[in-house]
Amino acid sequence: MQAAHPHDVLPRPELERLQLERLRDTVRRVSERVPFYRERFLQAGITAEGIRSLDDLRRLPFTTKQDLRDHYPFGLFAVPMADVARIHASSGTTGKMTVVGYTLRDIDAWAEVCARSLMCAGVGRGDIVHNAYGYGLFTGGLGVHYGAERLGATVIPISGGNTKRQIMILQDFGGTVLTCTPSYALNMAEVIQELGVDPASLKLRVGVFGAEPWSEAMRKEIEKKLRIDALDIYGLSEVMGPGVAMECLAKNGPHVFEDHFLAEVIDPDTGEPLPPGTRGELVFTSLTKEAFPVVRYRTRDITALETAPCSCGRTLARMVRVTGRTDDMLIIRGVNVFPSQIESLLVGLPGVEPHYQLIVDRVGQMDTLEVHVEVTEGTFSDEVKKLEGLARRIEDDVKDYFGVTCKVRLVEPKTIERSEGKAKRVIDKRKL
Amino acid sequence: MKVEQISVFLENKSGRLSEVTRILGDGGINLRALTLADTTDFGILRLIVNDNRRAVELLKQNGFTVGTTEVVAVEIPDRPRGLADILDLLGADGINVEYMYAFTEPRAGNAVVIFRFDEAEKAIATLQKGRVSILPGEKVYAL
Repeated sequence: MQAAHPHDVLPRPELERLQLERLRDTVRRVSERVPFYRERFLQAGITAEGIRSLDDLRRLPFTTKQDLRDHYPFGLFAVPMADVARIHASSGTTGKMTVVGYTLRDIDAWAEVCARSLMCAGVGRGDIVHNAYGYGLFTGGLGVHYGAERLGATVIPISGGNTKRQIMILQDFGGTVLTCTPSYALNMAEVIQELGVDPASLKLRVGVFGAEPWSEAMRKEIEKKLRIDALDIYGLSEVMGPGVAMECLAKNGPHVFEDHFLAEVIDPDTGEPLPPGTRGELVFTSLTKEAFPVVRYRTRDITALETAPCSCGRTLARMVRVTGRTDDMLIIRGVNVFPSQIESLLVGLPGVEPHYQLIVDRVGQMDTLEVHVEVTEGTFSDEVKKLEGLARRIEDDVKDYFGVTCKVRLVEPKTIERSEGKAKRVIDKRKL
Repeated sequence: MKVEQISVFLENKSGRLSEVTRILGDGGINLRALTLADTTDFGILRLIVNDNRRAVELLKQNGFTVGTTEVVAVEIPDRPRGLADILDLLGADGINVEYMYAFTEPRAGNAVVIFRFDEAEKAIATLQKGRVSILPGEKVYAL
């Protein structure tokens, strides 16, 4: 077995005792410091002292993404701004992004879980981590960066983009670990092929891929093309960022770092907790976070938790591969896109009506987004350049807003497929 | 001095153009002139017909996006340099042509050129000054 953190291998009863203690502390802190939670807990008659077992978790009210948006930007912070060392925000979007904060101790805990994540992949001192996650408000880049440094590995903070240069650096600097979205890993594999570089000549050994859903088939393809082990890292900025859960080399699904994040799976319709092994919506309660604690945050991700021991020796529960979402959020090249955001962007343009459809596909290795917009009298012109200008304007706005390149296709009115009178907004052709 | 032109948005797929001509034909509309501007994704069909109002109505009823635009129809002697002289005239006054299309009118021995200008009024003044024959709408619709 590879090196593991002591908390990765705690006997479950011990782990659960630690979780209970930390849960009580979290409930106490948020009810003292965050009006939103205080009011909710008051209404539900919940006090920290009343939390006697982990089963009492089910009495706590859920927190949703809408709650986070309603308190934009800092309304759910549990420490004074002066104690907030860093801000991140949910990937890509500007209009309705969710903002999260970290104290220095949070950043420390985050570095720890990211270091433990990398340990799951057998990474350690002497490794060179080619970190192609985006740096910035997005949590991916900096999260993995701190984790790799904590481990004593060497970090190359390459961030995303400029694939040819990335490959040159992989060759010249000898990266042994690749961290990026799985679709970008496949894109790199393709460019490596195009450039005639032999993947065996690279020092890459393992990849830590996340920030978007991917499949076993993609894993096999990445592993074959790059000749590495491809592992799944899970996280979301609302809970921490990357490093909420990470797969070990047994490839049995990401281990949740349960000493920091209390995971539940619930029935998305009734809100009732589901037993291990049953699919439902994943819900997280942070156990150690100071600046931005979350209590029963509904991720909208569909998965199941497995508590059976893993061959790696870790006692941490594993998530099965995320198979979908309970809402209409799309993840395109690692960026969260809600159709409603594209809609509000469209209706913000003069004459444009919200008759649109998003077609998501995976061409080669990259996600593609095509936006079909019906041409109405308000936007129609007898001049080609005006219509092409409109299409370009929408493409630019989408790129500005989400950081995602899209292709806009203008279509005739009433041609967008309507089911039961309601337009079908999204066609996702990706086979995951 | 201006002529009303209808424009129709068409997706670039087979059968769309024939659909428009079928609707207009069944409605007893006669086409006077037409041109299709196409891009990889879509086309804009521009038409001059004998009954604009009826044509617009029919097309809208059938779910097409339709616009109307004012264009200028110019009669040009059907001889070499006929068009060149007029474009020189417009160019000298700095008038920009958005697009144009032409057809010949065999009975009169003239060509008719339909111009779409950015600044139609200014263009008309220039053409008049140059003694160019501008066809009024009624005359074009009845050609």
